Amino acid sequence: MSRSRIDLPPESDPAATHTSEAREERRNYYLGYVLALVLTLPVFAITGFHLLPTKEIYWVAGAAALVQMVVHFRYFLNIRFKGQTREDLHLILFTTLILGLMVGGTIWILFNLAGRM
Amino acid sequence: MSRAPTRHPGLNLGPSHQSADDAASVEVFGFWVFMMSDAVVFGLLFATYAVMVGRTAGGPGPSELYDLKSVFIETLALLTSSMTFGIGATMMKHGNRAGWLVFWLVASFALAALFLGFELHDFVDMVHKGGVPQRSGYLSAFWALVPLHGLHVTMACIWMGAILLQMAKYGLDDAVKTAVLRLGILWHFLDIVWIAIFTVVYVGGLA
Amino acid sequence: MWHALRLFLFGRLGLDNMPFDEILKAHDTTDLISGCIGTFAAALAVGGALVTLWLMTRYRLWGKFWSNWATSVDHKKIGIMYIALAWIMMLRALIEAAIMRGQQVAGYGGGGMLSGDHFGQLFSTHGTIMIFFMAMPFLTGLINFVVPMQIGARDVSFPTLNSVSLGLTVAGALLIMVSLVLQPFSTGGWSGYPPFTEARYNPGPGPDYWIWAVTLSSLGSTFTGMNFAVTIYKERAPGMKLMRMPLFTWTALCTAILMIFAMPPLTVATALLALDRYAGFHFFTNTAGGDMMNYANLFWLFGHPEVYILILPSFGVYSEVFSTFSGKTLYGYSSLVIATMCIAVLSFTVWVHHFFTMGQGADLNAAFGIATMLIGVPTGVKIYDWMLTMFRGRVRMTVPIVYGVGFLFLFCVGGMSGILLANPSIDYQVHNTLFLVAHFHNMLIPGLLFGLIAGYTMWFPKAFGFRLDDRWGYRAAWGWIIGFMMAFFPLYVLGLMGMPRRTVSFLEPAYLPWTIIALLGAFVVLFALFSLFMQLWVSIKNREALAVPVGDPWDGRSLEWSMSAPPPEYNFPVIPEVKGRDAFMTLKEAGDDLGEPEGGFKDITMPANSALGPFLCVTGTATAFGLVWYIWWLALLGAAASFLAVVLRGFARNTERTIPAAEVRRSWERWRDRAMSAPRVPRADELTDANRGHAVPAKQEIVA
Repeated sequence: MSRSRIDLPPESDPAATHTSEAREERRNYYLGYVLALVLTLPVFAITGFHLLPTKEIYWVAGAAALVQMVVHFRYFLNIRFKGQTREDLHLILFTTLILGLMVGGTIWILFNLAGRM
Repeated sequence: MSRAPTRHPGLNLGPSHQSADDAASVEVFGFWVFMMSDAVVFGLLFATYAVMVGRTAGGPGPSELYDLKSVFIETLALLTSSMTFGIGATMMKHGNRAGWLVFWLVASFALAALFLGFELHDFVDMVHKGGVPQRSGYLSAFWALVPLHGLHVTMACIWMGAILLQMAKYGLDDAVKTAVLRLGILWHFLDIVWIAIFTVVYVGGLA
Repeated sequence: MWHALRLFLFGRLGLDNMPFDEILKAHDTTDLISGCIGTFAAALAVGGALVTLWLMTRYRLWGKFWSNWATSVDHKKIGIMYIALAWIMMLRALIEAAIMRGQQVAGYGGGGMLSGDHFGQLFSTHGTIMIFFMAMPFLTGLINFVVPMQIGARDVSFPTLNSVSLGLTVAGALLIMVSLVLQPFSTGGWSGYPPFTEARYNPGPGPDYWIWAVTLSSLGSTFTGMNFAVTIYKERAPGMKLMRMPLFTWTALCTAILMIFAMPPLTVATALLALDRYAGFHFFTNTAGGDMMNYANLFWLFGHPEVYILILPSFGVYSEVFSTFSGKTLYGYSSLVIATMCIAVLSFTVWVHHFFTMGQGADLNAAFGIATMLIGVPTGVKIYDWMLTMFRGRVRMTVPIVYGVGFLFLFCVGGMSGILLANPSIDYQVHNTLFLVAHFHNMLIPGLLFGLIAGYTMWFPKAFGFRLDDRWGYRAAWGWIIGFMMAFFPLYVLGLMGMPRRTVSFLEPAYLPWTIIALLGAFVVLFALFSLFMQLWVSIKNREALAVPVGDPWDGRSLEWSMSAPPPEYNFPVIPEVKGRDAFMTLKEAGDDLGEPEGGFKDITMPANSALGPFLCVTGTATAFGLVWYIWWLALLGAAASFLAVVLRGFARNTERTIPAAEVRRSWERWRDRAMSAPRVPRADELTDANRGHAVPAKQEIVA
């Protein structure tokens, strides 16, 4: 299915594609949901029942959260590395950069200060 | 299977909704920009929480105040509502099925309300345990971060109510369609913020 | 009972908040004079407001004001209103600056003409106004007016939101003006550092005024940033690729992106400070685990990108000025674009240099010091590009070029002092002295303000259809340049001598000669501002002689010069097809600038007026005022009304109206006929009455 959805006039949009596209899109949401659960339930399990040492829980939960964010971007917000408009990708990458700078910088500066008091 | 390029984040309406799709390419992008600005607000509150979590000033700490079971139910409610919202949006896109759209929107609303109910219960519980924001820097940081997300969810619910009323008045017109797409962006964005909250605040506090 | 009612109705507002209270409670002559100055200022503000209201009523202007301006969502009118606001606020803040300079002469040996508190309020309002209510509205106004025309658009992406941004900015400005009458304002400086601004040390309304005024304006700026980023990405005319955009639009894009990401830290900082003050939270308190250093961190996460939000649009103006008035295409276009983007990104990596002395480790300071010095590189690239644009051009020493040349020299001096300050070990010596005050005024006056005034001079004829008188223009330009040097170069010396900033009095006799020179400089600057107002007045009187209705008085290069002056509300009768950089110059050189559009005229859909902006302005002011004075019913009412208005706006349909093709054609033909009858003028006649806004393109002039 390599047609441009923007240039195509609506009447030439065959009903068959329509339903298969609908099914695929719905499948995306179900799949995203299942993946989100797979990435969430174990984290609560290891935290609630203390199945791992604290430090390891941090690592596992942090990694699961990062992966889950990617899952949400991919399956719920329909964002991929290819097939985006240029401005969408610009914006996401720039936001990630700024968040990294601001959050990382804040933590660095304030812990550095606290460590010297 | 290769995929046609999208015009904006979130679900794209595509050529069968030409005029709404054109409007959405500007409006949803604009709303997405707003979300990114909002993401910076949350990012800074997370950073503030991270540097203040140890500043309990002799007051209660995370392990005395948080309830993982309740947070678990909240998480399930919110994750499920993201899925139901998405299904609703596809109902709108494919065949303009207004009835199904309303059904799935109301389901998402109910799940969000469930989330808010449990969260409110958590907050009341914390206050009873002495976890008020005036107690310590740590609690101030908590009460700025987590309720702000709750406030966003509340606003999203009010917005959904307004959209449903607009649908009742005007039917499924272009303005309603793009509003649903924008609300979808907010809905999924708040889910992502919640992932960070349950990981950093609750799992981080109870591990 | 009466007391409870008063408390309910007026909160903590009482008679002792009147400006003459300082006179009544005066202990000595200083207090007395100080109180008189405050009362006089309040009387001026009230008098000015009353006279305006009376004039509007007398000449029945309310209806016109409402339908043509207040509810207008036309980006050009919104831009003009932003700049009008900037001029009013500049007048106030500049007078305050002169009074402070006067105090730093009179305050030698103690006393003087201002009490310490009054002096503190003056430097707080001066800084807050100059940044948030002079510079920001001015540059936002220029961007509003120019950018949609430069990219070939009819309006911004979200016209009503644009009007809301203006409304929020005006609300913040109103709050600051009210603080002149119902006192006091904050004494915490424009950065409002806790714990000084915490409730424990500063329970009065001052810091609250500051918090809400700044919050309103920062919300407005966030929306402006979003609006212009989307506009520039989505509304460009066909063929207007990113790398074909005029440089002013490029800087506007980078500024817009900076606004989107840099205003939130300010909103967070002021919101958390408000939570501390109103609800007893402990973010920045000295007790219960508060961390006031996080405030400095958050504030400057905003504050440093803010510096580039301020300066980038001026860099854009200079790029247009140097190329237009040298009759040459811009030198090093790509390098200027890349430099602008580098500055925008690097601006997020240097914020610690505003608090090198807070106590963090040397390694951390060194990292941020190096990042700070790096910013000098792209800025240096720009300076060379501008000089090379003038090189071998036919430079006309018009008013904007005078500002531009003054900028090139003075900005380099300021940049040098910046490189000094970027070194943490030097910063330790001069921080919190007048050296720093001299440095940032050196960046902001020649860098930011000269650029904005140059842009104002260049685009004024486009907005109103007549040029600005150039004699008063030159007087103003030289007044600014000389006045700036006299007022701020002495502060470098004073800073190195050790004089702290924000000092109400001093005992060191060696300071005095320098503070006197600085005071004289302040007078020259006041003269420059007076010249600008005279220029406006004289130009309005001579508008027939100065008229440039065809719309291209300076032999411009970008699309905004392709239409009549003032432009029709839809800007372009037909959206142009862009084939390269300097889009309008290409058309002119090919002789296509007056040709009838190929596809003919079509109906044009424009956004309809909206009352949402002015409504949110009123409710925003009311909410903030209620919060400042603890008048809770007013705050709640204002907030509820704002919320309801936004929700109801979602129910609005038919927010557009159509201008028929025939009307567009008529208006275009009128303009074309006028252009045909007005001879094209060469650049030698640019400043004469012969200039009706119809230019001979530079290249053809040389051939002829």
